Amino acid sequence: MTATKKSEQRSMNPTHTESSREEFEETPTWTAVVTVLGYAILSALGWLRDFLRNVGLEEKKTSHDPNPKDFVPLYQSYECFYTRNLYTRIRDVFNQPIASVAGAKVDVMERVSDDFNWTFKFSGKKIPSINLGSYNYLGFAENSGPCSNQAIKSIEKYGLTTSSTRHELGTQKYMVELETLMAKYLSVEDCIAFGMGFATNALNIPALAGKGDLIISDTLNHTSLILGARLSGAVIRKFNHNDMKDLETELRNAIIHGQPRTCRPWKKILIIVEGVYSMEGSLCKLPEIIALKKKYKAYLYVDEAHSIGAIGSHGRGVVDYWNVSPDDIDIHMGTFTKSFGSAGGYIAGKKSLIDHIRIHTHSGCYCPSMSAPIVYQIISALSIIMGLDGTNDGQKRIKQLARNVRYFRRQLVDMGFIVYGNDNSPVVPVMIFMPAKIAAVNREMLKRGCAVVTVGFPATALTESRVRFCLSAGHTKEMLDDALKAMDEVGHLVSLRYSKRNPPLRWNELNRTDYENEYFSC
Amino acid sequence: MGSPANHDNVASLATDFYSLLESFKETPFYHLLFEIFLVLTVLWLILFRKPRRIEKKLTEKEKQELIDEWQPEPLVPPVDANHPALNVRVLDGIVGKTIEIDGKKSLNFATFNFLNFVGNPRITDKAIQAVQKYGVGSCGPRGFYGTIDIHLELEERLAHFFNCEEGIIYSYGFSTVASIIPAYSKRNDILFVDEGVHYAIQKGVEASRSTVKWFRHNDISDLERLLVEQDIHDKKNPKKARTLRRFLIIEGLYMNYGDLCPLPRMVELKYQYKYRIFMDESVSFGTIGQTGRGVTEYYNIDRRKIDLISSSLEYSVGSIGGFAVGSSFVVDHQRLSAQGYCFSASLPPLLAAAAIEALNIMEEEDTTLCDTLMEKSKRLHQKLLDIKGYLIVGEDISPLKHLRLTNSQNTVARLEEIVEFAQTRGITITVARYLNDEHRLPEPSIRLILNVEMTDEELEFLCTVLQEARVKVTV
Repeated sequence: MTATKKSEQRSMNPTHTESSREEFEETPTWTAVVTVLGYAILSALGWLRDFLRNVGLEEKKTSHDPNPKDFVPLYQSYECFYTRNLYTRIRDVFNQPIASVAGAKVDVMERVSDDFNWTFKFSGKKIPSINLGSYNYLGFAENSGPCSNQAIKSIEKYGLTTSSTRHELGTQKYMVELETLMAKYLSVEDCIAFGMGFATNALNIPALAGKGDLIISDTLNHTSLILGARLSGAVIRKFNHNDMKDLETELRNAIIHGQPRTCRPWKKILIIVEGVYSMEGSLCKLPEIIALKKKYKAYLYVDEAHSIGAIGSHGRGVVDYWNVSPDDIDIHMGTFTKSFGSAGGYIAGKKSLIDHIRIHTHSGCYCPSMSAPIVYQIISALSIIMGLDGTNDGQKRIKQLARNVRYFRRQLVDMGFIVYGNDNSPVVPVMIFMPAKIAAVNREMLKRGCAVVTVGFPATALTESRVRFCLSAGHTKEMLDDALKAMDEVGHLVSLRYSKRNPPLRWNELNRTDYENEYFSC
Repeated sequence: MGSPANHDNVASLATDFYSLLESFKETPFYHLLFEIFLVLTVLWLILFRKPRRIEKKLTEKEKQELIDEWQPEPLVPPVDANHPALNVRVLDGIVGKTIEIDGKKSLNFATFNFLNFVGNPRITDKAIQAVQKYGVGSCGPRGFYGTIDIHLELEERLAHFFNCEEGIIYSYGFSTVASIIPAYSKRNDILFVDEGVHYAIQKGVEASRSTVKWFRHNDISDLERLLVEQDIHDKKNPKKARTLRRFLIIEGLYMNYGDLCPLPRMVELKYQYKYRIFMDESVSFGTIGQTGRGVTEYYNIDRRKIDLISSSLEYSVGSIGGFAVGSSFVVDHQRLSAQGYCFSASLPPLLAAAAIEALNIMEEEDTTLCDTLMEKSKRLHQKLLDIKGYLIVGEDISPLKHLRLTNSQNTVARLEEIVEFAQTRGITITVARYLNDEHRLPEPSIRLILNVEMTDEELEFLCTVLQEARVKVTV
């Protein structure tokens, strides 16, 4: 379980005029008890229902193995217990299909179920909602405008795919253009781009670390980083989330004691962290990590999937936010899915590093190169962000996002909700804790025209279910107000105001002029 | 003490023993306790004491010295600037039946464009319409508003095409099979894998941490040997055997060899030895079988006997991504357990739209695409066999063939020369590239890929150029 220690940190940051705080308020004890009790009751009911199903008193709704009975069962019964008895009850709030562009507003397709979520039918109705769930930080998920025009032109010129790998005939001029532009954006020597963000981690960490190396990774790192680390064959050690003392202890112990059993010195040590953690909303403490890395001669890999474009006064990620030198980070990694409205990932750094990756990456020999419209969407989004198109649209989007984040977060906190994470992170997790509320919040918010993402176990710790808002530069003040009003009502209905630090207030009890002044002055 | 007569001996022994016992009664209690304690201590010392490990207690100064002395290796080893990956050809245009390289047009036998869907106007139109409706990216994973109606349509269409219950799509071909295998096969499960499978399957097998039993490429007798061994092992511990899942991982048409798997026999063995078959049909989808439905259609095997068919949208279909089809029982599990599905952004809608249109073209009533492709592959195979000095690896109906030079002349350098020469004559071919850590690195070869739109004259031209190239290179 993650540590829910009360940690308030003030950090003075040269690129921001106000200090930015990162908070993780402690779970109220009574709430934790009731949450665990809730899971216990659900599990007990689940066992009862399973028993009834096995005995034959209740119909088995799961599908059947088409193979003969004497085959070894494909799934162990306990593996699917959670899916059958807990997940299916609230299955309608996950995997909700949409029928429009995933922009600031989205059309959610309405689904109905006659048999308690075992099967769904589409009613045909579309629910227009404010999109608070998609990763669209700078609002580039648009179906018209300069970016999509460029994408359409590129389809006509290049087709959709080269059907060939980078090592063979898959390198087109636009790939070189993208990589050069991205390297310039990040102020590094070179960059290489891949077709899938998840694969960027899973297929390239094995090229960077191997047997005899040590990978020290944050406990809350993304699955792709963990998979890449496992496939590399290196030894993996974890340190508590954003805990610099723990990281230092791990580093010291690693160097002093060497490899397990043989005590040989490690060949190299790689620290893997993320820029913004998508479930917590926290930022990594980059200056301190860099100081540690220099002190102990380790290498640093930063995954900026959620922070590139979304954090920093120029949108250049955590490097920009903390105002550190890009050369201090050995391997910059990020994805194009979130802030650029496209798909794919990149790795950037020194030319020698990128050359090595070009030769040894798994996707070099076995995966076709990126599709032309995908690349052109990124190139045009990047040009806008960097201001190369001659307008200041990029800077406007970045400022709009920062403004939206502060406006939204402050009001949620002042209303009495427990909000995790850094004040500047566009990922805003609000704690719900109890399993039943996961479904309640999602359904009630959808009724009020807001599409939100609620997550529970196993994506988060057992007692730390949350609703996670992803803000966008495409959200106008009216949309945010509507969302806050909806959250206010739902919070009242379902009683989500858990915070002990701020008194529970209704939305209309807040001092509106104060927030509006701040919003318009930013 | 002993008297001459026997029963006197016994009697005296008994008396002695009795007096011993009596003396026990007379000794003070603490003395007895002490003796027992000593005996027990001796027993413990002999039997149970483990040698004490000498704890390494370092001083702070020593620790600091270790830290100061430690020098890591450089992050990456020095790189050879002449490596082919760093000196690739940079193109600027559609890579269809013909490519333009350095201003010259050449026939393309190098990219996986089997059905010539790259640049197809119908597919292009549909993709453009999708961009105008949905934008470019999908902005989220499938679980969080990344499921777009077009994904659901594509999954239904694929399931319908293969006549299976359910389909599931992934956003990257490599990740498809690499995520599927670990979703079902866990530690201690048994995987029977053909040695010739491609790299993505090898990575999937590695990620699953299961017990892997490799059998020689397409060698059924080797597979049977392994199955019999496992069977004997199972009989020794039947209770454990009841919990170990078994899977056979094969490809329909092997990318590294161009030959078909002996599927009918494998299906027979499935019911005999009780394993499940996961078949990867990346290359055989759209190319083998009368309507392109793969190896199951070619051998006329009921698709329900194959537990899961995984494939790719990146070869015949001319899009990006991958998919799997099978019974709902099997496929539905991936929606919560396959990492490449749950933790990754979904396929961009324009690529899904392109795939749907490609399926439309393949399913048209009067289409003879796949039939034609198989016919042309057979003709090409015959023509290639007529050229002296080359070894053709692959089935005759396979549109993917590997070309090697005979004997010890088969090196990457020579093959590269052939490729360069062919380029000057207007034919683009390529040497098949692999990473060095493949499980069984295939022999160097030129990977020839047939495009269905190639005419007979063009195939003749290809053979002529290959013949000239060989003469030039091996002189």
